[in-house]
Amino acid sequence: MIEAVRLQKHYGKTKAVDDLSFTVRPGRVTGFLGPNGAGKSTTMRMILGLDTPTGGDVTIDGKHYAQLSQPLRKVGALLDAKWVHPNRSARSHLKWLAVSNRIPVSRVKEVLEIVGLTEVAHKNAGGFSLGMSQRLGIAGALLGDPEVLLFDEPVNGLDPEGILWIRQFMHRLAEEGRTVFVSSHLLSEMAQTAQDLIVIGKGQLIAQTSTEQFIADATQDTVRVRSPHAAKLREILAAHATVTDDSVSGSLVVHGIPAQQIGELAAENQIVLHELSPQRGSLEEAFMQLTKESVEYHAH
Amino acid sequence: MTLLAVERIKLFSTRSPYWCSALALVLGVGLTAIIAASTDNGQLTLGVTQFGSSQLALSVVLVMAALAVTTEYRFSTIRATFLAVPNRTSALLAKTVVVAFIAGVLGEIIAFGSVGIAKVLSPASDLAINTSGEWRHVAGVGLLYGIGAILAIAVGILVRQTAGAVAILLVWNMLLEQLIGIIPKAGVKIQAWLPFMNANHFLQLGGDNAAEQAGAGIDFKLSQWGSLGYFAGVAVALLVVALIVAKRRDA
Repeated sequence: MIEAVRLQKHYGKTKAVDDLSFTVRPGRVTGFLGPNGAGKSTTMRMILGLDTPTGGDVTIDGKHYAQLSQPLRKVGALLDAKWVHPNRSARSHLKWLAVSNRIPVSRVKEVLEIVGLTEVAHKNAGGFSLGMSQRLGIAGALLGDPEVLLFDEPVNGLDPEGILWIRQFMHRLAEEGRTVFVSSHLLSEMAQTAQDLIVIGKGQLIAQTSTEQFIADATQDTVRVRSPHAAKLREILAAHATVTDDSVSGSLVVHGIPAQQIGELAAENQIVLHELSPQRGSLEEAFMQLTKESVEYHAH
Repeated sequence: MTLLAVERIKLFSTRSPYWCSALALVLGVGLTAIIAASTDNGQLTLGVTQFGSSQLALSVVLVMAALAVTTEYRFSTIRATFLAVPNRTSALLAKTVVVAFIAGVLGEIIAFGSVGIAKVLSPASDLAINTSGEWRHVAGVGLLYGIGAILAIAVGILVRQTAGAVAILLVWNMLLEQLIGIIPKAGVKIQAWLPFMNANHFLQLGGDNAAEQAGAGIDFKLSQWGSLGYFAGVAVALLVVALIVAKRRDA
């Protein structure tokens, strides 16, 4: 279990992480979601003792990372797949990691097998593609067979096959009872990967809930209606729901009442309908809605 | 011991230490070979066999030691290191010990290699190592390299960038301390307390060609071993500062 209590990280006046509290439970994949620059990586680095918090505290099973005697046996992390010397072979990279935590060197072969890098083990990591680097990073995280795993944007830049592999892999790790904490700036990705979500924006907590609940809360059902008597219909519907115009298609978007009721209202008033289609709000829209306020860098 | 093994694996699984060692060896022994070949047979003295090792090759060893740290920062493997070994002080100390030891061994190889090649090229010269002063002059090179490596690692930890660290070390060792001697009157007095000047003082053979040797003309206040101690003191003090900074700094 990872527990953050009022965690803070300030760089001068910038608050990268601001009063952030959350818990990550074992046996589940917990997604750490937020737009770029929201403070996800900074938070992960504080969990791992690389950065010192300005205030607050974060512990892994009640201990600071620095207090773990052989940390790789407890926590496996992949923060950046490029944290490898380009002129060192994959095997040598894993070997020094193993030796540092008294993990049997035979384990290197096992993890290379798990991530499917056995054949390139002797090759220098500098020549690896992003996907291969990512696999090497995961091999490093798995080396000590840890209970807690942290992945920072593990699917960034991967091809669909690689994404699927990582997703299934994380599920398997959670099913084995491990704590899996994975960050992403894509809700659609998290929706398929994570069971729980911790959503942050501008360093602050926006929500901590199950993914299902988050999506249900965030996405509202709407109904798209097209009619030759749009103005009249709009008047009638406005009494029961919120109506907005879709200027592109010239149709009305109705929030708050189901399609069935719209149809009945139209019939009562003898209005012809050309389209009546219920829409499910997209995840990305919902996410943008939620984090709109907290996006650090806007495009204008 | 575990951490020493880790640093050994890290160092020898990349190519730069091999290249630097080879370069130091070629420069150090090579310079002696050139000097020996251009000196009349029989005229070569022990004092000139260590020009290459104590001046030229030393710089390469300083660069090698600094690289051992700065490449870790360059490729962020220092973060991987701190994740595996959260006690940063022990991790960096282990690296220092391994690199300093290798530098020391390399120093002995270059020093005695230089004497060896001088003997081969100038067989009639008296190049026997008999007195304690002569032993210090040759075998002391290894000590110098070891301490120099500690100093270079400290600079590497503080600066974190290869270019910056290498520039600082080379300018400091090869230019700055010599240039200070230009300052009228005070220059020579300051030089007596500069670390690399003291390092050279430790190696000084004295005798007939004392005036040709590095550090000549400076009125050192310390004995030769005292000078070595002073050089080591500066290196260790710098390392302590570097370790404190590394511990406090975000990785």
